[in-house]
Amino acid sequence: MTTTTDLVSYEDALASYDPVMGLEVHVELGTKTKMFCGCSTELGADANAQTCPVCLGLPGALPVVNATGVESAVKIGLALNCEIAEWCRFARKNYFYPDMPKNFQTSQYDEPIAFNGYLDVQLEDGEVFRVEIERAHMEEDTGKSTHVGGATGRIHGASHSLLDYNRAGIPLIEIVTKPIVGAGERAPEVARAYVRELRELIRALGVSEARMEMGQMRCDVNLSLMPKGAEKFGTRSETKNVNSLRSVERAARFEIQRHAAVLSSGGTIVQETRHFHEDTGSTTSGRVKEEAEDYRYFPEPDLVPVAPSREWVEKLRAGLPELPLVRRSRLREEWGISGTDMQAILNAGALEPIVATIDAGADAASARKWWMGELARAANESGTALDELAITPEQVARVAALVSEGSLNDKLARQVIEGVLAGEGTPDEVVDKRGLKVVSDEGALTAAVDEAIAGNPAIADKIRGGKVAAAGALVGAVMKATRGQADAARVKELILEKLGAAEG
Amino acid sequence: MPGITREEVAHLARLARLELKPEELDHFAGQLDDIIGAVARVSEVADQDVPPTSHPLPLTNVMRPDEVRPSLTPEQALSSAPAQEQQRFKVPQILGEE
Repeated sequence: MTTTTDLVSYEDALASYDPVMGLEVHVELGTKTKMFCGCSTELGADANAQTCPVCLGLPGALPVVNATGVESAVKIGLALNCEIAEWCRFARKNYFYPDMPKNFQTSQYDEPIAFNGYLDVQLEDGEVFRVEIERAHMEEDTGKSTHVGGATGRIHGASHSLLDYNRAGIPLIEIVTKPIVGAGERAPEVARAYVRELRELIRALGVSEARMEMGQMRCDVNLSLMPKGAEKFGTRSETKNVNSLRSVERAARFEIQRHAAVLSSGGTIVQETRHFHEDTGSTTSGRVKEEAEDYRYFPEPDLVPVAPSREWVEKLRAGLPELPLVRRSRLREEWGISGTDMQAILNAGALEPIVATIDAGADAASARKWWMGELARAANESGTALDELAITPEQVARVAALVSEGSLNDKLARQVIEGVLAGEGTPDEVVDKRGLKVVSDEGALTAAVDEAIAGNPAIADKIRGGKVAAAGALVGAVMKATRGQADAARVKELILEKLGAAEG
Repeated sequence: MPGITREEVAHLARLARLELKPEELDHFAGQLDDIIGAVARVSEVADQDVPPTSHPLPLTNVMRPDEVRPSLTPEQALSSAPAQEQQRFKVPQILGEE
C-alpha cells in the first residue's frame, strides 16, 4: 500500500475517546461431515473431491442438519452462559459471490440457537473482565477462491478465479459479543484475552481444535470511538479475518489510533469493512458495508426448525467439562505456583503439554521444568509452538522418570531430549543409541576406578599419603572413561575408599 | 395498500442481478403490489394465537448422524461447470470486492 494512514498516538486517542468494540468470531466445528450433507470435512483432500449435490447447490438437492453440529452449538452456547432457544430456524442469507455455489449461505438470522450470555476473561495482570455475548448461531463455511492473474493472489487485477468447494458447507458457529464498553485503554488487550479465552473454551469442549493459523477460528473486529463520557456510539469499522491473537490486539489498537485521527481532525468515519495487514499491523479500506436487509434473509424452507428439548439441553449442561478459567485456577493451586508463573505457562502455550505430561506420570515440578526450560528454548529456536515439537508429553514424562529413578542426570536428560527432537527415536532408544546412562552399576564403577588407579600410580601414591585433593585427577580419569555418565560424587568416594584415605 | 415503488423494484432487481427495462420496473411494481396485498390478507385473519409458519409440516429436529457419505468425484462435480481449470470451477473476474 502506498497511501499512508493518519494516526494519532495511542495515549492521545485514549485521552479524548472511549473505544467500543464488538467481536465476531467464526469457529469451524471439528465434525466429521459438513453441516447439511455427509461430505467429509477432512483437510488435505484433492480440490472438489468432497462435494455433493447438496453443497454444490444442485437443483432438487435437500439438506439435512448434522446432529453433532447442533449439539456442538448448544454446548458452546451453554459454556458461554447463554440461553438456548426452545425453537429456532435456519435462514438463507442471499448474496452473489462464487464462494457459495447456492448463491446463499445457510445461516440463522433472528432466531439464533444461543443468546444472552457472557464470558469472563482474564487479563495479563489477573484482572477479570466480563464480555457479554449477544448470540451464537449456526451457519456454514464458504468455498475457497484462488485469484489468478493478479499480483500475489489478490482479487485486484485478477483475470479470473478458481473455486474449490471442499470447504463449502463445513459447520461454523458465529459468536457475537454485545458492545464491549468501558475497557478504555485496555480494549485491545481485552479483545485478545477474549479470543484466547474463547479458543481455550472451544478446545475444552472438544468441538474444534480452533487453530487460528489454519483458519479454524477467525475474528472480525468491530470498533468505534465516542468522545470521553459520551453514551452514543460512534460509527464503526469492521476489520475482517484477523487470524492470530496478536493481530486481534494490533488491529484494535490501530483502529483506535486511526479513528481518533479522523475524528479529531473533524472528519467522519465511514462504515466499511477493512483488511488487516499482518506485515505492517495496519488496516486498509475494504468495501462499504451492505445493509443487513440487502441479504434478503428469509426462513430456509428446506430445513425444519430445530427445537432442542429442555431434557437434552440439561443433559448437555451436566456433561460440560470444567471450564478453562476455573481449571487454570485449580491447577495453579495444585501446583503451588504464582499467578505470574501461570501466566508465563499460558503465554508459552505450555499448559496442555504440562498437564498431559503429568497425566503420563511425571510430577508437576519436573513437567513444568522441562516444558518451560529445555523445550521452550527448543521451540523458540525452531520458531514452532510447543505442542508442535517432535516430542510427546508421554516421552517427556519418560525422561522425567529416568531422571527420578537415577539413570539419567539433568545433563544427560537434556541430551536425550535433544535426540528425541532430532528424530532419533523414543527416549529409551536415544539412551541406547547414544549410550547415555548414568553408570550407577557399582561393578562397572569399581572396575573403572581400579583402572584409573592402575594407570596413575604416582597420583594414587599421593592420595595414599593423605593428599585427598589429588583425587580430583582420578575422578576426572574415571569420568572420561565413562564418558561423563558416572556419578562423580560416588566415584570420589570409591577412590578414597580404595586408597584408604578419608575425606578431609 | 400500494407501496412498492419503481426504485424499490430497481433495488431488488440489482440485488437479484436482473436487468430490467424501465417499462418492466413499472410492470413489476404493480405485480409485486398485488402479491403483497394478497399476502397481507393473511395477516388480517392471523391473530396472536397463530404462530408464523414457514413450513407446512409440523416437524422439528430432523437431523442426521455425523457420518461420512460418499461424495461425487471431482470429475462428476465439475461435469456441468461452464469452465474449469486445475480441477476447480473457473469463474469470471470478481468485481466490487476489495
